Formats: sequence, C-alpha cells, structure tokens
Amino acid sequence: MNIHEYQAKEILRSYGIPVPRGRAAYTEAQVERSAREMGGRCVVKAQIYAGGRGKAGGVRLAESAEEALKAAKDLFGKTLVTPQTGPDGLVVRRLLVEEAVGIAREFYLSITLDRQSSRYCLIASAEGGMEIEALAERSPEKIHIVTIDPLLGLKPYQARKIALALGMRGRLCEECVTLMMNLYRCCLEKDCSLVEINPLVVTNADWLMAMDAKINFDDNALFRHPEYQEMTDLSQIDPLEITAGEFDLSYIKLKGNIGCMVNGAGLAMATLDMLSEYGGAPANFLDVGGGATKDRVAAAFRIILGDPDVKGIFVNIFGGIMRCDVIAEGIIAAAEEAGCPLPIVVRMDGTLVEEGKRLLTGSGLNVRFTHDLTEGVQAIVGMTGGHRQ
Amino acid sequence: MSVLVNKDSKILVQGITGRTGLFHTRQCRDYGTNIVAGVTPGKGGAVIEGIPVFDTVEEAVSETGADVSLIFVPPPGAADAVLEAAAAGLGLAVCITEGIPVRDMVFVKRALRESGMVMIGPNCPGIITPGECKVGIMPGDIHLKGKIGVVSRSGTLTYEAVKQLTVTGLGQTTCIGIGGDPIIGLNFLDALRLFNDDPETEGVFLIGEIGGGAEEEAAAWIRDHMKKPVAAFIAGRTAPPGKRMGHAGAIISGGKGKAEDKIRVLKECGVSVAPGPAHMGETMVQAMK
Repeated sequence: MNIHEYQAKEILRSYGIPVPRGRAAYTEAQVERSAREMGGRCVVKAQIYAGGRGKAGGVRLAESAEEALKAAKDLFGKTLVTPQTGPDGLVVRRLLVEEAVGIAREFYLSITLDRQSSRYCLIASAEGGMEIEALAERSPEKIHIVTIDPLLGLKPYQARKIALALGMRGRLCEECVTLMMNLYRCCLEKDCSLVEINPLVVTNADWLMAMDAKINFDDNALFRHPEYQEMTDLSQIDPLEITAGEFDLSYIKLKGNIGCMVNGAGLAMATLDMLSEYGGAPANFLDVGGGATKDRVAAAFRIILGDPDVKGIFVNIFGGIMRCDVIAEGIIAAAEEAGCPLPIVVRMDGTLVEEGKRLLTGSGLNVRFTHDLTEGVQAIVGMTGGHRQ
Repeated sequence: MSVLVNKDSKILVQGITGRTGLFHTRQCRDYGTNIVAGVTPGKGGAVIEGIPVFDTVEEAVSETGADVSLIFVPPPGAADAVLEAAAAGLGLAVCITEGIPVRDMVFVKRALRESGMVMIGPNCPGIITPGECKVGIMPGDIHLKGKIGVVSRSGTLTYEAVKQLTVTGLGQTTCIGIGGDPIIGLNFLDALRLFNDDPETEGVFLIGEIGGGAEEEAAAWIRDHMKKPVAAFIAGRTAPPGKRMGHAGAIISGGKGKAEDKIRVLKECGVSVAPGPAHMGETMVQAMK
C-alpha cells in the first residue's frame, strides 16, 4: 500500500527523524497561507503515488507566497507523467508546502526486504537524490548494504559503519546512527515493505534532514493497522481497482479489450501471456481466488462489465477447490443485474464442470465453451479483433 | 519412492476446526491421507470427523505420533502456528495460509534455522505424492503416479501442468507448491536437490513467475548439479512493471525479476522452457527424449 510523501514524513517525524517544516494543502488558499507562514520562500511539491516528480515539473521552488500560489494554480488538477506513473500519468489533488532548506550534501537511505536472505536490509549511498536502481546498475560499489538479523535487530556498530562509509564524522555520524536505528524501528512497527529517504541531506547548518520520503506498507499486515485505511488517497488508484479491493479480488486494469476472469494468480498471469502471444490484448488481470463465493464471482464479473474498453470476456477456470457451478452462478447473477451483450468464451476444467456448463448454457448469455486452453484463447482473440502477430 | 511425504506420513492439521481447515481435512482423508490429529487452541478434547483435537501441537504429537503438520491457521496466528510445529519437533510443516505479514515471516524464517523442520509455503497449495498422500488443497483426481517431480510457485497453474503431465502419461512422483510469497520455506533449490536424489523421479517440471531471482538461482544449480532433464514454464511475460499480480512475490521492481530474463537464463542452463501454458506437458515429453 502506498501513501503520500507528506504522510510518510509525518510518520518519520513521529520516530524522531528530522523533516522539513511543511503542511499538506488541498486548495490554492491553503497553499498561499502555508507559504506566508513559512515566510514566503518555500517548496511546493505535487503529491502523487509515484516518484520522478522533479523532472516532470511536479516540484517548484517559490520565492514568495504569490509564486507559491501561482505554482499551486498550475499544479492542482495537472496530470503528471513520470517514469513510474505509466503513460496515463497521475492527477495532482494534493500539494505539500515546505520550508526551503539549504542543502550541503545528499545521501540515499532505505530499509526494505532482501528476498535472498529473507531479512530486512539497510541500503545507503553517498549518491543521494537519484534512483537507486540506476545507481546499482552503473556503480554498485557506491551502495552500502547491511543485512539485519531479526533476532538482534539493527545494531549501532552496523549503522555506524554505514554512516562512516557515507563520509559522516563526529556528531553527525552519531546522529545518523540514531536516525538509522529509528528508521528500522519504524519499518518494523509500521509493517513497512519499504521506507526510503531520498535524499537524506546534511543542511547548510550541518543538520541531518529527510528531504523526501517514501513508505510502502505491507498489504498483508493491514489487519494490524486499521488506521492505514484512512490514509489511502483514492484519487491515485483506478476506480475499478478500488471496487475490486472491497471484494478482496486481485484486479489490475490493463490497456486491452479482452476482459479476463481467472482463478489463481499464476494461471491468471499465464492466461494474459497467452492472449498476448495470440495477438489479443487483455483488459485486466483478475484473480477471483481459490474459494470464491457466488457473490465474489458476481462482483468480479461486474467489475469486468464496468470497464468500457471490454469487447469480449474470457473466463479461464481450473476448478479444484473452486467449483465450476459457483463460477457459473456468479456470472449469471452479474449478467442478469447489469446485462451482458458481450461474447463470452469459457474454458472450464475440474470440479463440477458439467454442472457449470449446464447453468451457463441455459442462461441465454452469448457463451462459447472450449475445453482446450489454446482453442479458448484463439476464440476470444478472434472475437475481439486481434490476430496472431 | 517420493520426496517428503508418502503413505506412511502421519498428518496433523493445525486450524482443523475452521471452515477451510475442515473442508480440506475431509478432502485429504478421502484421498487416502492418514490424518491422525487436529489442533485448535481451546478445542482440545473434541473429536471432529473421528479425528481427535488437541490444544497444542506438542500434545497431538505425543498422543498420536504425527510427523507432518498441515496449517490452515488464519494470518494473525499463522506464524505462531509454524513456530509451535517446529518446537514440537515435527519434520515438516505445510503452511497453506495466505496473507501472512512479511515481518512475521522474517522472524519465522530466522527461527527455523535453529530447528530441523522443513516448512513448505506459506501461501501455497501444499504437497502431494500421487496415490499415497495429499497434504494440501490441490484437486487429487488430476494426479497420476508417475515419474516427474513438480515444483511450483503457483497454485492453479500447477494444476494445469499436472493435468498435462497426467494426459501425456508421464505422471508425477511428488508435486510441491512452494508458495508465492517473498519469504518462503522450502525453495526451488531444496526441491531440485530432493528430486535429484529420488530414484523414482526421472525428470522435473518447474513453474516459476515474475519477481525475485529464485528461478535464476535454480537455473545455475541445474546447470552444475542436475542429473535429470528439467523443463519449465515462467508466468508473467506480459505483466506491467511495479504491479502486484495477486502474489505478493510477483512484482517486477527496478528492472529485476522479469520473465524474459528468467526464461533466457533457464535456457542457457539447459532447461527446456514451454512457450505457453498449453504446452507444459508436451515440453516435458520433449525434454525426456
């Protein structure tokens, strides 16, 4: 789960990590007022669920409250396209107004999961402000990594080694050690899959400060943090993905015109691969899960029908635990409610497949059955205007 | 022969009284699995479907001699359930539970280093030795006792592969779903080692997906040590970067974990890679020639 920079900074501040004085704004008036409070000179930063904002024009330095207002007028409602947003970009609905801070040095600092060792690791570099992945490819020797034993936690000597490697000395070094220890505590207690400070800076006045912050929460841990739900900015997420979330469905909107309903994430991915291979264009990834009920299947089907791009629907179910008759009942319930003029190709196999077919055949829907996966894919691709490349 | 579970395995089910736990306990037993005990804290002394229920794993083991645990405990208590199984001295725990917080698994994985227990999963379909023992949620009837070891990060995609292996007549020795989470117990390498040493396994089918570097690691090991033919399929060639495709582990970030890279490395290491999910059985047949 994503949150905005200003929210991440609030969390860091609550862990004693210094961040610039700032305030979130939803309106132009709020921006102007905050800018005045900071004495006019400030930074206005677009809050979207993606990085790379600076280069896309989403971060403005204002010398006065008037300039801040001008930046706000320009940024509110603007669509920012960055390397991380995809081609459609994301619309700016919130801004962060911050004091402008003089920067002497920039660093990179983050804690995330290292899958290889199954442990959290602290990653740091003296090359701050740039994308760490790019740096990892270009000059990996400039990246310092410490893997953290969960039973011991991050120890001061480990943090000190990193701080020294970043070139910090004396008081600054010890402050950086404290900051890293706090960052690890934050990562654990808040169930983060990523906490990233990029850049961490040394200010002209020689203080450490988190100039930008990114936090991702572990979706599996949301039950421990009911307060996170209110932090989500729904304007940053596709509306169909929001509905899917309410029904615990795994849904991702894609660019094509073939609506897909599959059970199991791996099979769903493989189905998309296959549709593309045969020249079709999937409109979505949708995993209805292993033990879905009729209502959940119906919700899934309604989501697919709610996508105006969809010209045909491909249902691929390998019924193990998931019964084919439940799938059929769900589809029929959704179609009766919303109407479904679109052609549907159903490839079903496994538990109670004959019952599922009988129900769908009697439903009056435009359904074609295939037993074979390849045949099913070819059929739906043909119906939606695709062809083998 | 087979790996990890066979007709002599004695299974206990943690979370046996829940809806899912009970349903699959019945399914496993109908398949012929020897389920000797259930564990649900607070329900000790009950008997469910003729199976005695205990408050703790320790009691269940000492009363019934169970040696494998099948875990259906919901996410908030799942990590504790795995640790309890390890503390009771079990040799294998199969954790089906989906949605366990990463932080919990970081600690579990670390703690398991000090125990002799192998964990399969979490977020996996389990393990089955066809005709002998099913410890998981996979449909039993698509399997056929045979010669291929199957190891997979996915659920239903495994069923697809298994069915194709059954149709081609190759059949399976043991099928292991290692799970789709970023932190798992038994991994591809462990499974490959087991299959390599199992005299009945004549070939291995590996099902991977985008995210992480486990397939690449497996490929290198296959090149250096594997004595048997290996075929594979990788899901997610057309997945958009940065999106979580159902499995928490299936995310391409920072240019790492792409399907093309995995496929290329596997091929370079001598693995036959199926061009699509409809060709998994056929690719295995070719690899066995």
